[in-house]
Amino acid sequence: MNRTLLGDLIEMSTIIVLVKQVPDTNAKIAVQGGRVDLSTVKMEMSPYDGFAIETALRHKEATGGTVTALTVGSAGTEKILKDAKAMGVDNIVRVWDDSWSELDSNALQTVLKESIESLGGTAVYCGKSAADTGAGSTGPGLAERLGWANASNVIGAEFGEAVTVSMPVEAGVAKVSVPLPAVISCDKGDFKPRKANVKGIMMAKKAQVELMSASAPASTVVVASHSMPAAKPAGKTFEGGSSASQVVQLLRDEANVL
Amino acid sequence: MTNKIVIAELTKGTVNASSAELVSAAQAMGGDVTVVVPCTDASMADAVAGYDGVSKVIAVKSDVFAGNDSSGWASALDSAMPEGTVLFLATARSKDVASRLAARRGLSVVQDVVSIDGGNLTSPIYSGKANQTVTVNGDAVVSVRANVFSGVGSTSSNDVSVVDASGDVKTAVQDVMERASARLDVSEANIIISGGRGMGSPANFSHLEAVADTIGAAVGASRAAVDTWEEIPHSMQVGQTGKTVNPNLYIAVGISGAIQHLAGMRSSKYIVAINKDADAPIFQHADYGIVATWEEALPVFQDALSSLLG
Repeated sequence: MNRTLLGDLIEMSTIIVLVKQVPDTNAKIAVQGGRVDLSTVKMEMSPYDGFAIETALRHKEATGGTVTALTVGSAGTEKILKDAKAMGVDNIVRVWDDSWSELDSNALQTVLKESIESLGGTAVYCGKSAADTGAGSTGPGLAERLGWANASNVIGAEFGEAVTVSMPVEAGVAKVSVPLPAVISCDKGDFKPRKANVKGIMMAKKAQVELMSASAPASTVVVASHSMPAAKPAGKTFEGGSSASQVVQLLRDEANVL
Repeated sequence: MTNKIVIAELTKGTVNASSAELVSAAQAMGGDVTVVVPCTDASMADAVAGYDGVSKVIAVKSDVFAGNDSSGWASALDSAMPEGTVLFLATARSKDVASRLAARRGLSVVQDVVSIDGGNLTSPIYSGKANQTVTVNGDAVVSVRANVFSGVGSTSSNDVSVVDASGDVKTAVQDVMERASARLDVSEANIIISGGRGMGSPANFSHLEAVADTIGAAVGASRAAVDTWEEIPHSMQVGQTGKTVNPNLYIAVGISGAIQHLAGMRSSKYIVAINKDADAPIFQHADYGIVATWEEALPVFQDALSSLLG
């Protein structure tokens, strides 16, 4: 690759972006027999992962290097890796072992740490949280296990020897210098995920998914059941704008929230 | 029954009152409760010294707690805390610190807990479209949503031990752009008033801001509004791909109630909906629904609030 780098200090980056398959966020969710039934739900890449891929690609465009999209999942999750490839990542990797089912955060992060070390990662991007659990534990937890810096909910980034990110803090938005190696989790921000073009989609079709495995410790947090949220009792409905004053009174007297 | 360690939540340098809810949550899990106060000055721990049902209070004093680096927070807390199951309040910063602390101790983390039955913890998944109950074997790090548990009383006088700690800070803040408005962010407000595409134009959000300023609310928006109007930033978006909120009062104006939006706000304690379409799905989730245009309803709403609170 014939690229002018920002001086000799910057090594070629091995950028890894973590992606996860989740149910379509517009889908209705149903519970059958104490478990969420996803059999009729379309699966897609978690929306925030698109921002992570875009940020990773911009990092590579600024400093050189490669971008590898990585997911932990069974063979059914390869579609999202192809989607990442179509956006322009160089390599796609799926980490799995058929003995795994649900991995708790300790097991998942242990697997990710081992995978990223064996790929020689120097920067890891991920979505701020996945649209299924919404937990947001993976980025910071992985960083701790690798002994790296992390920044979360990032809405903008500049790339150099360190990555300078914009992220929300109590007082407003902070510009924070994050030394590499680091794990950076991305919110919807300045970078709109690029659309795959025809060439990208053709290349993705032919692309090989690289398979890896790792050792996972036993999970100590196990899913016991799923349930639907309790339905709210029917509320009161009023006609016409003038009823708004009555509602204010009810918020004071009945709900006690004013 | 292992020890439970409650990490008091800091908001703008003082202990957030929801920290008392964490003690209740810890009691629901069982075991001895220690409250740890991350602080830059030991007097900050005075706020929790009265908490009932607490066996020990530790003020962990470190400069790192003036900043936001989660590595610094997690390493300083880790060095000064006993082993046990750790409870944080589920705010953006604390969830980050909880994740690093769990990883540091080789534990798993369970975020956004809204119900506790011994070792069974329930959190919303798919932004509240369903709930997931997990069983925890051994210690874990847990974050608990605010406004779910009622806080313990404050009639005791616990001894406070002070521990000096240092942390491994890895990032450096270069600059902070202060929020232009004094208005709260939707993720930290007890009352939220949100507008949807039914507001007609982004300029009309000024009417929501006026109500917000009367009742100390944050202003939010639906995804449709954020996607349609550039002037409405994503930071205001409530929903599955925006922020999940559970304020005491959520006022939805000109929002039809797409599944995406409902997922982010349905756990609010009270919901008011103002919409001209009587069939809008939002009314099925509202405690108080007003079928009217916002142009008709908001001025009346505003006047009634002003005379009540003015």
